[in-house]
Amino acid sequence: MDSALIPEGVKRCSVGKFLIFLGVVGAVLLWGVFAMLLCWIKGLNQTNMNDYYGFALWIWADLAVIALGGGAFFTGFLRYIIGKDELKNIINYAVLIGFICYSSALLILAIDIGQPLRGWFIFWHANVHSMLTEVAFCLSCYFGVLTIEYLPLILENRQLEKVPFFHHLSHNMHEIMAVFAATGAFLSFFHQGSLGGVSGVLFGRPFGYREGIFIWPWTFFLFTWSAAACGPCFTILITKITEKVTRKKLVKDNVIELLAKISGWMLATYTIAKILDTWYWASVTAPSKGFWVLDFYSNNPFYGPWILVLEIIICGVLPALILITESGRKSKPALLLAVILAAIGVSVNRWVMVLQVMAVPVMPFDSWYMYFPSWQEIATTILPVAYGVILIGLSHRYLPIFPQEKELNPVD
Amino acid sequence: MFPFIFEWVWDMSHIVFMGGLWYALSIIGLGMTYCLIKAIADTAGIGIGGHHHDDHH
Repeated sequence: MDSALIPEGVKRCSVGKFLIFLGVVGAVLLWGVFAMLLCWIKGLNQTNMNDYYGFALWIWADLAVIALGGGAFFTGFLRYIIGKDELKNIINYAVLIGFICYSSALLILAIDIGQPLRGWFIFWHANVHSMLTEVAFCLSCYFGVLTIEYLPLILENRQLEKVPFFHHLSHNMHEIMAVFAATGAFLSFFHQGSLGGVSGVLFGRPFGYREGIFIWPWTFFLFTWSAAACGPCFTILITKITEKVTRKKLVKDNVIELLAKISGWMLATYTIAKILDTWYWASVTAPSKGFWVLDFYSNNPFYGPWILVLEIIICGVLPALILITESGRKSKPALLLAVILAAIGVSVNRWVMVLQVMAVPVMPFDSWYMYFPSWQEIATTILPVAYGVILIGLSHRYLPIFPQEKELNPVD
Repeated sequence: MFPFIFEWVWDMSHIVFMGGLWYALSIIGLGMTYCLIKAIADTAGIGIGGHHHDDHH
C-alpha cells in the first residue's frame, strides 16, 4: 500500500504490522499527552515538585536526553570538521537521534515552565546573568540546526525527491552542511557546558559547587566532555537496538568501531578528569565549606555512596576500558555492555547534579528530603520516548537513513 | 531583545549574550536563505555557482 514511499532496494515489514506497532506505541504517547494536558490545564500542582525540588524528574530527563543527544553534534563535528569520512554512514541516524532528543528536551521544558504561552519571555526579557538563559538560547538555536540537518533526509524520500525544488534544496543543504555542523558544535559546547555550570556556581550548595576558570566552573567543561563521550555511545546503542528489531545489519562494523574508539578515548579522558575533579572537591572544596565528603551521601535509597561508585567506576572506568581496547570493541557483547554503561553513566551524572544537589541538607535544621514523581510526571517523561520510537519507525521506513543498508541487505 | 527595547543596557553581559544569539541566528538564517535562493535558481535553470552532483552524505 505504501510501497511507493519506501526507499528503493530495501525491504520493510507489511503495512499492517507497521500500523500495529504505531498503535501500541501511539497508546503510550496518548497517555503522555493526557498527562501533559493535565499539567497545562490544571497546573504544576499535578506534580510532586515542592520547595526542595524546584528541579525534579523533568529537569533530570531534560539534561539526560540533551547529553545522550550529544552524539549528533560530536559525530557531525568529526564528520564535517575533522573529516572522518567513514562516519557519513551513521551521521544521518545520529542527526535523527539528536533531533528526537532535543525536541523532547524542548517539549519537557514546555511542560515544566507551566505557562508555555510565556516561553518567549526568556528571549525577549532575557536575564543576561543566568547560565540558563544561555542554555535556552543555544538549545533553541541548536534545535534549529538539527531541524536543518534532518530536513534534507525528509526531502530525500522517494516521492518528495521527484519534486525538482525539493531535490535541489536537499542537495544545496548537503553542500553547506559543514557550516551548520560547525554552528551546531559551537552551540552545543556552550549549552552542554552551561547546564553543568548551573550546579557548579551554586556556592550555597557545596555538593554541586566547583571552582574553575574565569566564570566557568569545572562542571561546565565536564558536562560538555561527557556529552561528547557518551552521546555517540547512545547513537551506537540505538543503532544496535534498531538492527535487532529490524533483524538487519544497517551499519558496517568498521564505522561502529571507529565511533566507539573515539568515544572510548573521550570517555577515558573524561573519567580521569572526573576522578581528579571529585578528589579535589572532596579534599579541598567541600572541607573549605565545612563539609566532609560523606555528609553528602545518605543511607536512603536514592543518594547513597554507591551512586559515586556506579557513576565513576562501573559506568565510567569500565566502559572506557572496553572501548579503548581493540578486542573490547570487536566483541559484540562487550561493545553493547560498554555503550549501555556509558549511557547509564551520563544519566546518573545528570541525576546526581540535578537531584542530589537539592536533596543534600545544607542548613543545620535541614534533613534529607526525598522526592518521588507523580504519575503525571512519569507519563510526560515517557511521552518523549514513545514519540522517539514513532519517529525512528517512520524515518526508518520511509527515509534513506542508513546509506549502507542496501549493500548489507541485498533484495533478490 | 533588541538594543532599541527599553530593557536593553549597553553592558558586556547584554552584548555577549544577545550578540551571540543574533550571530548564531544570522548564520543559520543566511545559510538557509542561500540554500532556498539557490534551489529556486536551480529549479528555474539559472546557475548561481557550484556544480551539481548526486553524491550526498
